[in-house]
Amino acid sequence: MDEQRRKFLKIAGASVVAGIGAPAIIKLSASPAFASGHAAPAAGHAPAAAAHGAVEAAPKGVRLGMVIDMRKFTDKPEMLDGAISACIDAHNVPQFPDKKNEIKWLWKAPFENVFTDQSAYHSSKRIAETDFAVLCNHCDDPPCVRACPTQATFKVESTGIVAMDFHRCIGCRFCMAACPYGARSFNWQDPRPYIKKYNKEFPSRMKGVVEKCNFCAERLALGQEPACVEACKGTGAITFGDLNDPKSELRAVLDKEFTIQRKPTLGTKPSVFYIV
Amino acid sequence: MIEKTLKGKPAYWIWLAFLGMFMAIGAACYVRQYNFGLGMTGMSRDVSWGLYISQFTFLVGVAAGGVMLVLPYYIHDYKEFGRITILGEFLAIAAIVMCLLFIMADLGQPMRALNVVLHPSPNSMLFYDAIVLNGYLFLNVLCGWVILTAEKKQVKPPKWIYFFVYLSIPFAVSIHTVTAMLYCGLPGRHFWLSAIIAPRFLASAFAAGPALIIIACLVLKRVAGFDAGRKAMNKLITIIIYAALLNMFFVGLEFFVGYYSNIPGHKHALEYLFFGLEHHGHVYNNLVPFMWAFVILAFGAIATLATPAARKNDLVLGLGCTALFVAFWLDKGVGFVLAGFVPNGLHEITEYIPTVNELGITIGVWATGFMVVTLLYKIAIGVEHEVEG
Repeated sequence: MDEQRRKFLKIAGASVVAGIGAPAIIKLSASPAFASGHAAPAAGHAPAAAAHGAVEAAPKGVRLGMVIDMRKFTDKPEMLDGAISACIDAHNVPQFPDKKNEIKWLWKAPFENVFTDQSAYHSSKRIAETDFAVLCNHCDDPPCVRACPTQATFKVESTGIVAMDFHRCIGCRFCMAACPYGARSFNWQDPRPYIKKYNKEFPSRMKGVVEKCNFCAERLALGQEPACVEACKGTGAITFGDLNDPKSELRAVLDKEFTIQRKPTLGTKPSVFYIV
Repeated sequence: MIEKTLKGKPAYWIWLAFLGMFMAIGAACYVRQYNFGLGMTGMSRDVSWGLYISQFTFLVGVAAGGVMLVLPYYIHDYKEFGRITILGEFLAIAAIVMCLLFIMADLGQPMRALNVVLHPSPNSMLFYDAIVLNGYLFLNVLCGWVILTAEKKQVKPPKWIYFFVYLSIPFAVSIHTVTAMLYCGLPGRHFWLSAIIAPRFLASAFAAGPALIIIACLVLKRVAGFDAGRKAMNKLITIIIYAALLNMFFVGLEFFVGYYSNIPGHKHALEYLFFGLEHHGHVYNNLVPFMWAFVILAFGAIATLATPAARKNDLVLGLGCTALFVAFWLDKGVGFVLAGFVPNGLHEITEYIPTVNELGITIGVWATGFMVVTLLYKIAIGVEHEVEG
């Protein structure tokens, strides 16, 4: 990873942890066009505060997102398994043998299940046989956050990550009913006996709370890429970055390729894109 | 007035002991669930709400149904309801107590329940539901108690109480409207995403609540020598019939929208509920018998109640009201909540079957509600007898 990208991730991560990180955001979008205050129209959501070069937090400064290139995974399906186990190891995701108790952050499912409003009629052999990567979409307008009665799940405004406070969650599961993507799991029982390999760097959860993908906020804080991104390193299978930064690698991919999002008609504005 | 609960015939004590037994079973089951987690229930990642939330939803309706007595009596000065309005208010108290217990039973971390108050989230419909439910509980306790005390002293109720009586009417509507909004504002749950949910909830509430009050009146007539009066009963039956017909009409409209538009997402849950949903060669249909029982019982009950000769007979009237209550319980207390999760967001199908432990807790909460309503009715009837006697 080149130095600049590393710095970007570190700053993005730090602001996740700090929850504010105003100066970090300015630095983060410190391409000359931004810093000079002549934000290019292409920036779209480039916030006024950042353009002023002020220290104020810019509410829509960074929106972390992801492009998943399924063509790469079709060639190497084992790479997706690797990404999934990297996620499981990084976050102490318990492995229950039964479907009822399942906890899933990043998992795989057939095209027709992932893209329920796309037709799977006479789909190509490759699509029919490929398992798609599924995870939280970190929506720009997340219904789960709207539904949560305690703000235990919330959008980190400085990064766009939809995060969870496991210690505040009361376990009402309103967010699970609200999420159109099935991205949330509930700890129906104590998950700890089902954690295969314990990672001391990340907390395990207790029974009675909801959990989901956090875009590896804790790794970003350390300047690392998300675990799944790192597991597919160098293949271009998963590109991670700032959707609002026209200079980001993510935007370069989006500019070039035709991508789709899951259930865009629901108005949730998912931050995860797929190249089918 | 509480002392009235301490004197009663043996049948009264046997009834309380009977309910107490189920409450004890429920409590024991809850201890097990509390220690192990909600994995003790039949709920899963895909069907993440089960019997607890569906009972809660239905009982909010029973609580709201009390307004069908309060409104005619206080707004339209329909004097025939004078003797039974208190029964509506006290039933509402018991129903809300059950609602709150079901919510607590459903929480993964019940010790953190106060987070709803400590971190108020005006975005969440659950926040408003907590406000209106507790508000309605408070209003019914206040109005019921003050008016009953006045009756006991044989004086007119204080004027200020009427402010709270009138306030309780929009609150009754609000509890069921907000409860409907828990469901009908969620994107991606087609079955719930319908503007008719709130009216439908209200219609079934205004039928099921009064039906339970008629059943209570018939029981009280036999065991406590309390006569609500035939005229009041007939008026209640009229209310029940219209409300029940409206509910059936609304259900029919859901069918029209789903099947005429032919949009699969709008049909799936209805198919699952009434005909069985085929998916990869397997037909999922475990709620089908319940839903047809709902339809048959509902129309049977409406026909019975609408027949003047039939409803003159207390037994037939009681059976008709019971059938209607059960029908709408099947509709809202079983079908509505569970079908919202079928299919799930990834078009997978998981069926839900409650566990024995879960049923134990559910029955325990119902027994608690019946206990509360028994004690409150004992007080109310005791006061009426005292005044008349």
